[in-house]
Amino acid sequence: MTDTTTNSQPRSVRRSRPVSSYLLRRPKLRLLSLLALPMTWIIGVYIFSLFLLLITAFWNVDPFTSLVSPGFNLENFSLVLTNPSYIATSVRTLLIALTVTLVCIMFAVPLGIFMAKIARPWLRNTLAVAITLPLWAGYLVKIIAMRLVFTEEGFFNWAMSPIGVRGPGFSVPIVILTLTYLWFPYMALPVYTAIRQIPPNLFDASSDMGAKGFTTVWRVVIPLIVPAMIAGSVFTFSLSLGDYLAARFTGGATQMIGSIIAANINLNPPVAAAYSMVPITFVVIYLMVARRTGSLERM
Amino acid sequence: MAIVGLILLFMYVPLFVLILNSFNESQISGWPIKNFSTKWWAFARNYQPIRDALLNSVLVATGAMIFASILGTLVAFAMKGFNFFGRGTVNILVVLPIALPGVVTGVAFSNTYSNFLTPAGFNIGYFGMIVAHATFCIVMVFNNVFARLRRMNPNLQEASADLGAGLWQTFRLVTFPQFRTSFAAGALLAFALSFDEVVVTIFTAPPGIDTLPLWILKEVGRPNQASVVNVVATVVILLSLIPVYISQRLTRAQEDER
Repeated sequence: MTDTTTNSQPRSVRRSRPVSSYLLRRPKLRLLSLLALPMTWIIGVYIFSLFLLLITAFWNVDPFTSLVSPGFNLENFSLVLTNPSYIATSVRTLLIALTVTLVCIMFAVPLGIFMAKIARPWLRNTLAVAITLPLWAGYLVKIIAMRLVFTEEGFFNWAMSPIGVRGPGFSVPIVILTLTYLWFPYMALPVYTAIRQIPPNLFDASSDMGAKGFTTVWRVVIPLIVPAMIAGSVFTFSLSLGDYLAARFTGGATQMIGSIIAANINLNPPVAAAYSMVPITFVVIYLMVARRTGSLERM
Repeated sequence: MAIVGLILLFMYVPLFVLILNSFNESQISGWPIKNFSTKWWAFARNYQPIRDALLNSVLVATGAMIFASILGTLVAFAMKGFNFFGRGTVNILVVLPIALPGVVTGVAFSNTYSNFLTPAGFNIGYFGMIVAHATFCIVMVFNNVFARLRRMNPNLQEASADLGAGLWQTFRLVTFPQFRTSFAAGALLAFALSFDEVVVTIFTAPPGIDTLPLWILKEVGRPNQASVVNVVATVVILLSLIPVYISQRLTRAQEDER
């Protein structure tokens, strides 16, 4: 702000504006009045709720009234961290989320190279829209759609019957596929943008030096787009990690962390609260690792 | 090339299978579809639970959109005009509700509502759902408005103040006209995000209240009336794509303006 207000008031001002001129001279107060409402909302409602969730994780459920009663014990945490089925679910969820991320990368890189370097402009733009559009087509809708495709009497088994292939039925591979379907655009878009930014003469240089197409991709393209892949993986990883509806509708008996949290929230809120800390921890660790690589500034 | 085709098939076949199944005459969805009919569309049109759910979805999304628009714009102005201590923290706070898993956000709200507010004699009910939705929608408005504010000429505001306009007058006559398209685009995205949301809704919807995604969720578990679900799902696709489409058009129109 320039320092106009210290001069005498311009003569053309007819009405005095006490509030405005007061605020104009006090940027801190202006900042405070801008941030007061949103920060009250986010901290007072959301962060406070997360904090209460953490508190609840130390409480227990009264076995007679089945009501939550305040207290302090670490039983819920020790249950979550030592019970074999809880550990198995945590590990399974972690592996599913990592696999989804890898599958997304494996699809996103060739797609990005094709769009950025091979496709003509009209095809490139069409593809960019085609990838973005399903992002908004509805989360639950996409899960239902995958359920229709891979159900026993569904599209996949019908389309594959001429060659005698049958789908695996609702199981972990279909959960991975559904999650890939849900979050793929989050990986595809940053990877495509990053590949577009690679100067074309790097490709020429690589082929002049005798590199074949695959070598160029592996030695030139991949190292340059690692930051974009990490940025995309933050979404594919953390969104997959917390998901449970994909597992519920396309996973058969597959359970993920979210399934157990959701099942417990009414029966035993403290256990649900304690188990919620597991995905939060995973996501925070992942974010911190990603931040150390310096990839998050690009998001 | 083959991979690109495969990806597109993978992305669009499920959606088309779903949309076509909404015209499946049979009660049970499947493939191939033997007889097509619009009977489930006609049924859905007059089916009261679906109408109620649609109304709830629109109400919640509208409420969330209004709150998120105000809050997101305020944060965007603070982040743009000031370089203050804790700026990065504010940014993280805005993104956090959408970065953390939906089930965590949902459980956190549900826990606060049912284990703290209700015992304290305060039943938040329907409004709690709107509060939860607004919280994760803030980032949509913030992103859009902030991106626009960053490219705006700050001299115009100073000129306006120099000419004697008050803060509100400057905002109304100088600042707002410059970012109103981004504002509208962000608000529409917030609407679409809320309309489509289901996980947080599961935990924050009061008993007996369904939004459209929630209704689908309950209905998919049951074997009968599966084709009606596809009708509602198709409606959800359309109703979330329309705001996104308009928002894209607005953004593009704004880029042409400059």
